[in-house]
Amino acid sequence: MSYEFLQILWFILIAVLWIGFYFLEGFDFGVGMLLPFLSKKDVERRAIINAIGTTWDGNEVWLLTAGGATFAAFPQWYATMFSGFYLALFLLLVGLIIRGVSFEYRSKDPDPKWRNTFDWMIAVGSFLPALLLGTAFANLARGVPIDAKMMYTGNLFTLLNPYGLIGGLATVSVFLLHGANFLGLKLEGELRERVHALSKKLYIAAAIITALLLVGTYFYTDITTKLGVDPGITPIAAYAALLLTIFFINRKMEGWAFIMTALHIVLTQVTFFMLMFPRVMISSLNPDWSLTIYNASSSQYTLSVMSIVALIFVPIVLAYQGWTYYMFRKRISTDKKSLVY
Amino acid sequence: MDPLTLSRWQFGLTTVYHFLFVPLTLGLGWFVAYMQTRYYQTKDETFHKMAKFWGKLFLINFAIGVVTGIVQEFQFGMNWSEYSRFVGDIFGAPLAIEALLAFFLESTFLGIWIFGEGKVPEKVHLASIWLAAIGSNLSALWILLANGWMQHPVGFVIDPATGRPMLNDFFALATNPKGWLFFFHTIASGLATASFLILGVSAYHIVRQNSVTLFKRSFQMAAIVGLIAAALVIIDGHTQGQYVYQTQPMKMASIEALWNTEQPASFSVLTIGDLSGKKEVWSLRIPGVTSFLACNNFNCAVQGVYNIQAQYQQQYGPGDYIPLMVFTYWTFRFMFLTGFLMAFLAIVFLFALRKDIEKAKWMKWVPWVIVLPYIANISGWLLTEMGRQPWIVQGLLKVQDAVSPNLTTVDLLISLIGYVVVYGILAAADFYLMKKYATAGVDIPMQESVDPSSTLVGAQD
Repeated sequence: MSYEFLQILWFILIAVLWIGFYFLEGFDFGVGMLLPFLSKKDVERRAIINAIGTTWDGNEVWLLTAGGATFAAFPQWYATMFSGFYLALFLLLVGLIIRGVSFEYRSKDPDPKWRNTFDWMIAVGSFLPALLLGTAFANLARGVPIDAKMMYTGNLFTLLNPYGLIGGLATVSVFLLHGANFLGLKLEGELRERVHALSKKLYIAAAIITALLLVGTYFYTDITTKLGVDPGITPIAAYAALLLTIFFINRKMEGWAFIMTALHIVLTQVTFFMLMFPRVMISSLNPDWSLTIYNASSSQYTLSVMSIVALIFVPIVLAYQGWTYYMFRKRISTDKKSLVY
Repeated sequence: MDPLTLSRWQFGLTTVYHFLFVPLTLGLGWFVAYMQTRYYQTKDETFHKMAKFWGKLFLINFAIGVVTGIVQEFQFGMNWSEYSRFVGDIFGAPLAIEALLAFFLESTFLGIWIFGEGKVPEKVHLASIWLAAIGSNLSALWILLANGWMQHPVGFVIDPATGRPMLNDFFALATNPKGWLFFFHTIASGLATASFLILGVSAYHIVRQNSVTLFKRSFQMAAIVGLIAAALVIIDGHTQGQYVYQTQPMKMASIEALWNTEQPASFSVLTIGDLSGKKEVWSLRIPGVTSFLACNNFNCAVQGVYNIQAQYQQQYGPGDYIPLMVFTYWTFRFMFLTGFLMAFLAIVFLFALRKDIEKAKWMKWVPWVIVLPYIANISGWLLTEMGRQPWIVQGLLKVQDAVSPNLTTVDLLISLIGYVVVYGILAAADFYLMKKYATAGVDIPMQESVDPSSTLVGAQD
């Protein structure tokens, strides 16, 4: 396999990991953010957590694998992005830390204050990564200050520009809707009704903020030169999928509503990576200083080895993760007997 | 303080903290899997309760190990970007493989294990705890191969254009003896850690006459495994010593406070250095023992700190190549003394089990043995990592050249203080829950429910 083929292959593989992460952890983050707002009853909160209880940890591994794969395949990208976005990533890590522990610890003590505190930590710990990832990705599309030595020369506030923040808010709002759609699939009874009512409101927020992001993308990125004024079917389909969500929500077709937000997330990410390719980090100082799959990648040998590993193990992982969802496909009732505490 | 010093502190603190939780995860998973298997085979309710009781402690501990592990993967890039650029062609591969092979396995099947009882077939539920334990231990293998490469780089050539190492033999990386020695040492340490936790907690309950059958059975199981594990740790440790002698002579010499080359080399029973830590004031030594540690006979020559320093200055240019000897010297002694003490205690416990241990007066002190493996684990890693200084990759890159150049002191202070606060709170929550569930009876469920009909979470709106 030629060097260039491997570089493109790994760009695609890392894109797939991020897309998988956004799709899966997207509803996890959404569910986490909704948790304290959907119910004040302990048993209902437990049911909400159980909807993602089996799978949230596995979903998070998509992020870890994306990080590891970036290090292995594009070490320069890994080094520049992780050191450059230092404080943003630190906050993201704090979010993931408090969230992960809270899932495990919240029910281990019956004190209502203990539980409420951890439930809020789940919410904050889901909100922070969603906001920061959205902000980071918007900034990647927009370009960030990178010098000739591949060094990021900005700071945290460089990332907090209007377009970056819209990206963050769009991600949060879409994840909220995606999470509500997922809960609509997993819950039953009164709780399901409440989620349904809420998802209509969340839809409005997501549709508006995402429209802003879409407009902003024409102003702040090189989408017109890269993809053209008519950007092609992918981004249009992405937004159309989001708009279609309300059609299915109104008819209580939760499965389809979930598929629509999933499609929206996947296609938005595909658009992002199409916009980036073959760059992995765009320099706002000088286009020649951008990191690309060619100047940021590992050697041909390392990429070959990693390709073989991925070829063997990615299908296995997909098979057993998919199987888990199948095993736990039943709706979760708030009937105490069926609820795992 | 400069960003380099703060980055080093941050990496050291977060890594030590992470490793407070990892060994117990590695070892206790096997215990729980075995107990559940015995239940599956015999339908003996005691085994069922054992698996559940120790499973609770496993999960409380596991949660913190996992979330602090994410920090580990990210901070290579965040704090050590020059390191990441330098070793990226090699070091990223085992990390990515760890995530793909191990993290997915561990997290997915642990989820099934926690939520699956009664919902998935019993066989699947049993298989899931085994797969989760295999996943954790597999992750140890790949991260230790990565660390082994930093201690003893293999399977690469230097790219003449960039001066960076390029992987040219993945097989050499995956079979690096350094990494595999670390792996067996760590796996055995994990089993020893779990054994001593079980011994301590069981003793607590045996003294109080709680579920005596269950805890005596646990105690016996842990004493046997604890002895075997401690013995394996010692054997592997001795083998590692010889490999350190070959690959990292400076580490070896600094462990032994061996200033000048000796043949046969003597072992320091007690050395007192001056304040710089690089000069001896007084020392008591046994002849020949360091030779035995280094090459398994009492007669070989072992190079001294000063000799290697002179040699390295010629080879790598001027600089200080001597690690902080106060640390390497004492951590080694803490590690091996606690290791031997654990082996000895396991034998004592096994003999005691032949009589009535409930009545033994000393049983009330046994819970304190839980701290022993923690002392050994942390000392061992401090020794390994501090003994490699000033190198981040032995002979190829120094720590001072590895730090992210764009970070400011303020960045580092924010993250370092942030980690200390968050980790501190988590440690308190973990300790509270571990103690609560370890001292509570066996019948308390994995997660406590509250009255479902009435309770509002949070007293007020």
